[in-house]
Amino acid sequence: MKTNSISIDGQQITFREGQTIIQAALEAGIYIPYLCYHPDFEAHGSCKVCTVRVNGSHCSACTTFASDGQVVDNHCEDLNSSRRAITQMLFVEGNHLCPSCEKSGDCELQALGYYLKLFGSHFPHLFPHREVDATHPHILLDRDRCIFCELCVRASREVDQKNVFAISGRGIDSELVVNSPSGTLLDSGLDVNDKAAHVCPVGAILIKNQAFQVPIGQRKYDKNRIDDADLIEVKHDHIDS
Amino acid sequence: MSTEQQSASNPEQLRRVVIDPVTRVEGHGKVTLLLDEDNHVKQARLHIVEFRGFERFIQGRPYWELPLLVQRLCGICPVSHHLAAGKAIDQLVGVDQLTPSADKLRRLLHFGQVLQSHALHFYYLASPDLLFGFDSAMSKRNILGLLEDYPDLALQGIKLRKFGQEVIRMVTGKRIHGSGAIPGGMNKSLTVEERDYLLKDVDDAINWSQAGVKLASDIHLADAAFNNTFASIESGFMSLVGSGGELELYHGGLRGTDRAGNSVFDHFDYRHYHDIIHEEVKPWTYMKFPFFVPLGMDDGWYRVGPLARINLCDVITTPAAEQARFAFKNQAGHEAGAAVQSSLAFHWARMIEILHCAESIKTLLHDPDLLGNDLVVTGEKQLEGIGVIEAPRGTLFHHYEINEDDIVVKANLIVSTTSNNQAMNESVRQVAARYLDGQQLTEGLLNYIEVAIRAYDPCLSCATHALGKMPLQVELLDADGQLLHRLVKNSQGEVRE
Repeated sequence: MKTNSISIDGQQITFREGQTIIQAALEAGIYIPYLCYHPDFEAHGSCKVCTVRVNGSHCSACTTFASDGQVVDNHCEDLNSSRRAITQMLFVEGNHLCPSCEKSGDCELQALGYYLKLFGSHFPHLFPHREVDATHPHILLDRDRCIFCELCVRASREVDQKNVFAISGRGIDSELVVNSPSGTLLDSGLDVNDKAAHVCPVGAILIKNQAFQVPIGQRKYDKNRIDDADLIEVKHDHIDS
Repeated sequence: MSTEQQSASNPEQLRRVVIDPVTRVEGHGKVTLLLDEDNHVKQARLHIVEFRGFERFIQGRPYWELPLLVQRLCGICPVSHHLAAGKAIDQLVGVDQLTPSADKLRRLLHFGQVLQSHALHFYYLASPDLLFGFDSAMSKRNILGLLEDYPDLALQGIKLRKFGQEVIRMVTGKRIHGSGAIPGGMNKSLTVEERDYLLKDVDDAINWSQAGVKLASDIHLADAAFNNTFASIESGFMSLVGSGGELELYHGGLRGTDRAGNSVFDHFDYRHYHDIIHEEVKPWTYMKFPFFVPLGMDDGWYRVGPLARINLCDVITTPAAEQARFAFKNQAGHEAGAAVQSSLAFHWARMIEILHCAESIKTLLHDPDLLGNDLVVTGEKQLEGIGVIEAPRGTLFHHYEINEDDIVVKANLIVSTTSNNQAMNESVRQVAARYLDGQQLTEGLLNYIEVAIRAYDPCLSCATHALGKMPLQVELLDADGQLLHRLVKNSQGEVRE
């Protein structure tokens, strides 16, 4: 008999037809770590942080549909170890200087690092040379912190209908580029109210002149760990709306 | 760089060593002495062989990052850099006057900072020399030795420092490297609970500070003849002073005197500092040599820090500290009104400032403005900002230029210890000439040099603050520059030839 239920780490949850594993899990209050997933956008499946084991095979929880009777492993040491390594690679492939970054305390990459007990970068830092684009009067683009989740690309294309951002280059030479005559944000048409200006999970795209206004202790991840139920509920409400 | 295995089965259990590159690690001082044929010291140099490069790598960053970025210069007095940069970026956003709440919160933060930094230096680092003797057993000459022989005193020092750190934590969210100053103001005020938490201990802090002043002055006066001559040099002084000539740590005009005590400038607007202070570069050290422009390079060097401030101010606004200042300036055998030139008097002056900080913290904690919510002022953007503050170790300059896109294009920092560079060199030379001249070097003699340097509480780096483990290399060279003898003390305090 069809029950529309799956098991995650031994816990039975139900899902609705068409839901991915991560959607079903979050709706049930179960945290699966992720970076490029966002409830407002079609799944991207690129960061691989949400990798789970489904009936013994590794899959991205954001692109794999929930299916009756699936047995999903989520929180286990080998998966978290891989997630930790992926996160460490993201740290060393960019220039993530948390101590002076205004996104510190509100940054999903940093919060994920804490969640995964990432206490060092393990790999040698690559220190790539990437340009800061501060030409826009209200928005700063700091490519040092980009993790190539493409949320800004998707937001600009799907919500703002502007196609301001794209990823150019391959592999370690990838970079976030701006679609404008000058190649900078100045003449890109990006507006401070655009979804793309606010969707960045790290400190790559920031609204100017808001830095450090929230005191330490009151920032998003000062109050809640990234897997806390309160934050998952926020996502959940967001999905329903 | 070494990777131990190509494909290890348990990579997370393995150690990864990356040397990329081997840097001149902060905190290494090197002293070289030049001797003539009769082994008389002809030249002594304190070399700072570390290079931080902050002035360069903050270029290209948005200006609002500066207070958080530059405070990483130091783990001992990050608040000083945080606030100096904060004052500079106030100017960048066109703000000359903060709200009373923001101004007082910054002052509270700064008093906490100066108090904890001074307490760290005096109790943890300097007092073992002063209480046990400069050439006492090295195993004793540290905070643990102090805890063993003077447990009450050591605990007072620890508690006093903790109080200062708690002030910092209440204002910035962390004891070290928090956030507080933002363009045009502060990002939070104190809650009633936070204020009351600090009020609970403030009277103890004042009492401990008073005991500290007494201890420092008793030590100094117990052998005034020695303490007034050891590493003593004649120098000019510089510090901020308030509009009424009062001791001022957060904001004021610059006052400078020559070595005879004559005024070189007074109530000088620090935004024009470049008219009165230039820096000389020498090839043998990464630290520059600032000097007063009107006096020239040879005569224009000066000292900053507690000794300069207590010498230069006309009055201290808190009563107990003012009483202590009076005793300091009128100590027996000292010419009334003249500057105290003894380098070891830095310690006494430092403790007077601790007392001033503790008293000022109490006054501020009773001020309702600390609980206010009017915290930020806005203005018209400017392209240049200069922030100056009296850091624990002396006058600290932060000077930034930005472009129209808010990006830092130029930075100049004159860090307190830099201003004492020539003076520390002179003090080292004086000690070398008096105590090392023609002598076989020993660990005890090495410590005499350390004591002279330590009086300035220099921030060569944090290693200077490492419990008598200041890495030092002393070389004896003959008149031809040939090495006669060398002693090296590593960061573990081990001395070898």
